[in-house]
Amino acid sequence: MDPLSRVLYIDLEHRRFWIRDRRDLFEKWLGGTGVAIQLLKEELPKDTDPLSSENVIVFAVGPLTATYPFGSKTVAMFKSPLTGNLGESHAGGRSATSIRLAGYGAIVIKGASDTPIYLVVDESGAYFRDASALWGITSTLTVGRILREATPGQGYRSIMRIGRAGEKLVRYAAVMTETYRHFGRLGLGAVFGSKKLKAIVICGGGSVPIHDKHKYRELYKEIFELAVKSDLMKKYHDLGTSMNILPLNAIGALPTRNLTSARFEEAEKISGERIAEEKLGRRLACSNCPIACIHLAALKEPYPDEPYFYKTIFISYDYEPIYALGTMLGISDIDGLLKLLDIVEIYGLDAMSTGVCLAWATEALQNGIVTRRETIVDLKWGDFENYVKAAINIVDQPNEFYEALAKGVREASERYGGRKFALSFGGNEMPGYHTGYGAHVGFLIGSRHSHLDCAGYSLDQKLKEPLPPRELVKRLIDEECWRQLLSSLVVCFFARGIYKPEMVVKTLKTLGYEYDTDGLKDLGKRIYEEKQRLKHELGFNPETLRPPKRILETESPYGTLNTEYFDEALKAYREILNQIILRR
Amino acid sequence: MSPVKRLEIVDSERCVGCQLCMYACERRFGDAGFARSAILVRSVGGVERGFTVIVCRACQDPPCVKVCPTGALTPRNGGGVILNSSKCIGCGFCVESCPIGAIFWSYEDNKPIICTYCGYCAEFCPHGVLRLGEVKRI
Repeated sequence: MDPLSRVLYIDLEHRRFWIRDRRDLFEKWLGGTGVAIQLLKEELPKDTDPLSSENVIVFAVGPLTATYPFGSKTVAMFKSPLTGNLGESHAGGRSATSIRLAGYGAIVIKGASDTPIYLVVDESGAYFRDASALWGITSTLTVGRILREATPGQGYRSIMRIGRAGEKLVRYAAVMTETYRHFGRLGLGAVFGSKKLKAIVICGGGSVPIHDKHKYRELYKEIFELAVKSDLMKKYHDLGTSMNILPLNAIGALPTRNLTSARFEEAEKISGERIAEEKLGRRLACSNCPIACIHLAALKEPYPDEPYFYKTIFISYDYEPIYALGTMLGISDIDGLLKLLDIVEIYGLDAMSTGVCLAWATEALQNGIVTRRETIVDLKWGDFENYVKAAINIVDQPNEFYEALAKGVREASERYGGRKFALSFGGNEMPGYHTGYGAHVGFLIGSRHSHLDCAGYSLDQKLKEPLPPRELVKRLIDEECWRQLLSSLVVCFFARGIYKPEMVVKTLKTLGYEYDTDGLKDLGKRIYEEKQRLKHELGFNPETLRPPKRILETESPYGTLNTEYFDEALKAYREILNQIILRR
Repeated sequence: MSPVKRLEIVDSERCVGCQLCMYACERRFGDAGFARSAILVRSVGGVERGFTVIVCRACQDPPCVKVCPTGALTPRNGGGVILNSSKCIGCGFCVESCPIGAIFWSYEDNKPIICTYCGYCAEFCPHGVLRLGEVKRI
C-alpha cells in the first residue's frame, strides 16, 4: 500500500500523537494543497487568533513527492498571523521527501506546548523533546548544528526550525529547513513560536511501492532527461532566479527604493551574473531535483582584531531577496547585501516582508512621518550597516515602532500613516515585480497574495498590450487553478514546463491513478474553489482589497497604471468569488 | 584478467545533494525512496559545507568478508564483494566492519544492502560526481 494516506496527528498540549488512514481525503484531493485545505477545514476553529494555541499547522505532500523528479516541495497550511486569513507556504529542501519516506502524506500539529519543545518524527510517530536549551539561541544555523548532532538519520532527514524572529512572534517570521530553504511567507515561524515549537526533525528512509514498476522506471528517465538535456530548466541551474534582475531592470519593472522607481541604476552591481562571477561558492538541490537552483554566495570576511584571520560564510541568494533587501533599499554593495541577507537568515525572517517593511520605514523617516526616536537608527537608501541593525530591531522590538513593524507594513502604516507608500497586498508585503496589471491584480486576488499564485508577472511580460480587466482576471484564475493541481501532486512550480497535463496523467498512471487531462484540470478548479470557500469562512473580505497608491504613481512597462482598471478587475473577481461561495 | 567495475567518486565537491543516485538505486527494484539503496549522500556537517557520497569502493581485501561468519559475503574476483542472501543470518558484523560505512541495512529482511556495481546510479548523476569506473590494481 502506498503510505501516502497516513496522516500523523500531533497534539502539543497533551504530548500525544496518533495516526489515521485518510484515504478518503487523498483519493478525492490527491495530496498537498488539496488535502491540506480539507485537513485545515476539519481542525481549525474558524474565528481563532492565529497566535493562540487553537491554530493548526498542516504539512502535506502528494503522490509525486519522492517518486518523480521535482516532487520536492512540502505545502504548509495554517492561519496566517500576518494577514489573519489563510496562510499557505511551500518549501523545498528535504522536508517533503522525508515526510513521504517516513510513511506519511500529511502531518497535523495542534495545540501549544507550555515550554519550548522540538519534535522528532519517524515512521513510528512523534517524539517530544525539550527545547528549553535551544530557545533564544541567536542563529538558526547554530540550532541546525545542534540538532544535527542530537538526532539520528543523517542523509535521510529534514530539520525544520525557527529563529529568534519566530520566538518573538514577528508576524512574517519564517521556518527554515536544511538551512537555506524556507516556509517564508505569511508567518509560519510565528505560529511555531506561539506554540513554543522550536523545531521538527523528520527522519524518512523508507520507500514507496510503485504500481507499475516498469513504466515508472521508463517515465522517470524520460522526465530526468527532459530536465537535464533540454532548456526547460537550464536557467534555474546556471544563474538561478537572480537571472531576473537585469531583464526586469531593463524593462523598468524592478521595484527600487520602495518603488519610487522601477529601475535601479546600479542593478548591474548586484545582478545574478555579477554575484555568480564574484561570489558563487556552491549550488544545492532539493531532494530528487536534478537542477540545483539553490545558489550560495561565499562571503569572505576579515576579523578586525587580527591580521590574516578570515571567516567564510555561505549565504543563499535568489531574485526575491535581492529585490527586497537590495534594490528596494537602494543597496548595490554585494558584500553589504549579503550581510543583510545573512542576518535575515540567522534570525529567521521572511526576506521579502522584511525588505518591504524597511523600505517603508525609510520613506516614512524621510517624509517626517516618523523620526529617529522611532527608527533608532538612521535609515538611508544604501546604508546596509544600519539596515542590519534595523532588521535586528524588528526581532528585538526595542520600542513601539518596531513592535508595529514586526506586525507588517499594513499594521505599521495604519498606526503611523504613510499608507500610500505601504506596499501591502491583502496584508502581505509585495513581491518584486512591477511588470504591469497582471502582477498587481495577481498579488491582490491570488489566494496567498503571492507572485506564485498565478504568475501575473510572467503574463505581463508575454503580452504585447494589457488584456481587458475581466479577461486578465480569468487568465490569472485559470493559472491559479492549474497551480492548485501542481501543488497537490506536489511538484515544484519551476518544473511546470515539464509537468504539463499530459505528463501529469502519465506519471499518475504509473502510480495507479486514473485521470485524464480534463479530470486533472477540473480537480485543480475544485481545489481552487475549496480554498476560496475556506478563505471566506475565515473572514476574507475581497471588498477591502485595494492596490497601494504607490503602484499607480510609478511608471511600469505598461506606463502609468490606472485605478479604473483595478476597480473593474476587482469587481470581476468579486463576482467570480460570489458564485463560488454560493455554489457551496 | 580484465578489470572489474566499481562506482567511482570523481569529485564530491561537484555534488549538490540531489540524492538522485539514492533514488536510482531503489528504482532497481521499481520502487521510490531509499529503503534498499546502497548509496548515501549526506552533508558534511551542514549543507553549506558540501556533501559526502558513501558507496562501496570495491576493496581488494574487503574487511566485510573477513567478519562474515556464514560465508554469505565472498570476495568478487578483481575487488569488491558478492552477497549470497540465503546464507546471511543478519548479524550485522559486515556493517560494523566497513570503515567507510558503505554497507547499509535493509530493515525489511534484516540483511545488509550490498552495492552490485551496476552503475545505474551514475546514469542519473546530473553533475558529474559519480561514474562507473574500473577497479584499479594496487
